[in-house]
Amino acid sequence: MKSRWMSFLVPFLAVMVSLLIAAVIILSIGENPLKAYGAMIRGAVGSRLSWADNITKMTSLLLTGLAVGFGFRAGVFNIGAEGQMAMGGIMAVTVGLSLGNVPPAIAIPVTIVAGMAGGAFWASIAGWLKAKTGAHEVISTIMLNWIAYHITNYLVAGPFAVGAGVPKSPEIAQSAQLPALLTVQASSIPSSILIAIVAAIVIYIILEKTTTGYEVKSVGFNPYAAEYGGISISKNIVLTMAISGALAGLAGALEVMSVHHRIFGAFTSDRGFDGITIALIGQNNPIGIIFAAFLISSLRSGSNAMQTIGVPDDIIVVIQGIIIFFVAADRIIRTWIMKASQLGKKKSPITLQGGEEE
Amino acid sequence: MNWLEAIFTAFTSPLFYKLTILSALPLIFAGIGGVYSEITGVTNIALEGIMKLGAFTGVAFTFLTGNPWLGLLLGMLGGLILSFLHAYVSIEWSANQIVSATALILIAQGFTGFLMRPIFGQEGQTDFVSKIPTVKIEAIQNIPFIGEIFGEISSFFYIAILVIIGSWFLLYKTPLGLRMRSVGENPRAADTLGVNVKAIRYFGVLMSGVLAALGGMYLALGDIGQFQEQMPAGKGFIALAAMILGNWNPIGTMWAALLFGAAEAMNIQLQTLMVLPSEIKALLNLLPFVLTLIVVGGFVGRTRAPAADGVPYEKE
Repeated sequence: MKSRWMSFLVPFLAVMVSLLIAAVIILSIGENPLKAYGAMIRGAVGSRLSWADNITKMTSLLLTGLAVGFGFRAGVFNIGAEGQMAMGGIMAVTVGLSLGNVPPAIAIPVTIVAGMAGGAFWASIAGWLKAKTGAHEVISTIMLNWIAYHITNYLVAGPFAVGAGVPKSPEIAQSAQLPALLTVQASSIPSSILIAIVAAIVIYIILEKTTTGYEVKSVGFNPYAAEYGGISISKNIVLTMAISGALAGLAGALEVMSVHHRIFGAFTSDRGFDGITIALIGQNNPIGIIFAAFLISSLRSGSNAMQTIGVPDDIIVVIQGIIIFFVAADRIIRTWIMKASQLGKKKSPITLQGGEEE
Repeated sequence: MNWLEAIFTAFTSPLFYKLTILSALPLIFAGIGGVYSEITGVTNIALEGIMKLGAFTGVAFTFLTGNPWLGLLLGMLGGLILSFLHAYVSIEWSANQIVSATALILIAQGFTGFLMRPIFGQEGQTDFVSKIPTVKIEAIQNIPFIGEIFGEISSFFYIAILVIIGSWFLLYKTPLGLRMRSVGENPRAADTLGVNVKAIRYFGVLMSGVLAALGGMYLALGDIGQFQEQMPAGKGFIALAAMILGNWNPIGTMWAALLFGAAEAMNIQLQTLMVLPSEIKALLNLLPFVLTLIVVGGFVGRTRAPAADGVPYEKE
């Protein structure tokens, strides 16, 4: 089996198996899984409104997926996209609030850069700690997630607080808001999706065509060999974290600039964590991540519709968990594929070797 | 009351020390659970998820059976089953252990959320159920200061003492403990000497599941008597930090957990002793997380993980 096919088949089968297991779970609470999945598909792509919702969700998911995936390529497990996205949002609001008299041509890029810098700074703390002291990035990024969460709560209840009801910040200046790409009835497709896709292409180019990308990948592939080859591991870890965090920060900035125009507590709503699933399904390939982000945004937008027919939307999180589980244990699936491909060609013994090729 | 007064009052009141111990309990259970798993060579960053599923299972079965001790037992079984998944793919299929553990965290989160409505008819938090009772010892109660801390305290406190001493004894004073440590340091050498590497690793990971579930259940069945969706709010990861700071040793983990417990206790004390606006309370909640970050960043170089921690072992 060619490795290009494997890197598509493994996540595909992981998704299929997890949908099957989830179907059994849905059955166990006495609901009809076919009806549930039907509602989910209609909720995700069944109408123009659902498409708009889906693509809005996809924008930030694509970026957090890229953030996590880029880290994976360098062997860094950045599960702090949640906190970096929050920091991106906070910075975008801080800057965006004061840009009333600045034309959009300047205000928009400035706000975007502020958000990216916020995310990059936040992730660099974990990168720096890992490079300096060997602190595992999983623990430090999780702590930074909580710290960012509490800082957001502090800002929207204190210095930024505006209005009554849910603690929230004021809206950023009109000139820093991103216009809609297309308006469909009440809902609209944000132009931020274009920025996210451009980011995916840029990351693809960085990884495949530049020296930085080569260094990042070689550190991820074999840090000892990379260091022997003259590549500084600690510099690369900090750099990788900064780029990864900038992508998550961009997700936060775009969320502020094109959807809510403000921040509130927990406005990142677990999208940083969804990035892990997306990176793994997309096999850390920026182009694969675009499709994976669409898959997860479809599951997320579809889950609301499923909720209305009595299936709790938490089933989506279970599905994501099972997908990740099978991606981690990809050897299980590879063994299935090998067995299946041997079943078809039992008579020719030569294919046996071919099945293991990667 | 100003800051200095409040901090001084906290340090001199027995309540602060009691809160320190109680806040440390979930970290002690989960942290020592982490020791069991990592000392045999399997990283388990899923403690957070196992705590959550354990807490939910414990509350759900207490709700269904009316008996919190039965709930506790079945909650431990829940943790065991969840950690089995991690053990199976890590040990049999050389899975990436960080990725697999991340899957467990999501599965635990999804499952508890999914089952909340069918079982309790509501989301966010469950009904209140009977708690695991506290233990009252009058002889201790009569001692000044000490009596106010230990006179009446959660049963989990005594379970924790058993776990701490028992684990230390098991790991350092028994042949099984020696095998566990050798499997975590050099599985190939252990294998050559006839140690069943797989079996030892299964034991380590499954124990981490049972203990992390206990930690989660202290929060639910020992402390407030209900399960809340945002539980355990990062404590599984703080427990990992306690394990690292404690140098992968049950006694060390206990001391580290008490340090993090003190940060949490100080947070609670300051919020009750001082009249604070809500935004300042949000900032005070940062205390345990900032402390963890500093500790993990500052101390990691000075502690050493088992050599084979996180490395799959395959027979040649």
